[in-house]
Amino acid sequence: MNQRISMLWAGVRAEAPILVGVFPFGLIYGALALNSGLSPFSAQMMSSIVFAGSSQFVAAQLIHDTAPGLIIVLTIGIVNLRHMLYSASMAEYIEHLPMKWKVLLSYLLTDECYAATIIHYEEDGLKPASHWFFLGAGVSLWSTWQASSALGIFLGAAVPPSWSLDFALPLTFIAMVMPVLKDFPVIAAALSAGVVALLAFNLPFKLGLILAALAGILVGTILENRKLSKAAL
Amino acid sequence: MNIWLVFLLGGLLTFGMRFSFIYLFGRFEIPHIVHRTLRFVPPAVLSAIIFPGILMPNNQLDISLGNHRLLAGLIAVLVALWTKNTLFTILAGMAALLIFQLAF
Repeated sequence: MNQRISMLWAGVRAEAPILVGVFPFGLIYGALALNSGLSPFSAQMMSSIVFAGSSQFVAAQLIHDTAPGLIIVLTIGIVNLRHMLYSASMAEYIEHLPMKWKVLLSYLLTDECYAATIIHYEEDGLKPASHWFFLGAGVSLWSTWQASSALGIFLGAAVPPSWSLDFALPLTFIAMVMPVLKDFPVIAAALSAGVVALLAFNLPFKLGLILAALAGILVGTILENRKLSKAAL
Repeated sequence: MNIWLVFLLGGLLTFGMRFSFIYLFGRFEIPHIVHRTLRFVPPAVLSAIIFPGILMPNNQLDISLGNHRLLAGLIAVLVALWTKNTLFTILAGMAALLIFQLAF
């Protein structure tokens, strides 16, 4: 029992520095969601039902632009597609757990929870109570996200539009994308997605984002396949 | 579509992707091509939001020094490369945008 609690705390402590960055992001989400026309209750519920910050930002903007529901759902799907990477990476470490644990930990598997937990598994290896570390990281992030969304919703009405809060989204993404741009196929994927997003911006139903993301993924995959087949020769 | 249905479907889709390989592990071999393709998802999706976000203020392409979001975005790129810190990057970009808006 003690070991479980100490693992849980270790997870919370590992997550703590990340929470400092998540809190303002949640504040901004809350304010932005309110400004996009969502009711305080539905803005808060999006934080617990979808529970994926960047897709909530994008969804709030699409709701503001009155995009069709199906497009919003598809866009949430595309923005969160990267979570399949985390799922693939975590699968081997929690394979032995009962299904209810797998379901709970999957719900908690965000960017920030993954970042802290994968380091723990890779550095300390799999221990009998390791999943409590995962739980500690996940629950502390979940609570921080709910609390900061709520505070953002509460304060949101007081934020003047001249503060350009919506600009926080591209800025956050700049911070996330820069460390990934390490090799040519990835850089080409990023650039082609960006250019297609500009060209397709005025497509109906806000389809541009989905199209741009698919174009980037396609370009990256083709270039990498070409590189690999050259290397094989 | 009702907003609650959008949340529900968006939430189920998100949960489904987080659960996907955790559920499938040991039941089904994940093809290598899937892993390789998934690697391009973050840079593609993030850039597809960044580019219009800084290059199209007011929904119009604007590649000029008069575009404050572009300048603030470039500052954020430099801060991201230098500090590798999300919070510093956001703060620097937001501060730069506010300053440009006040100054010009």
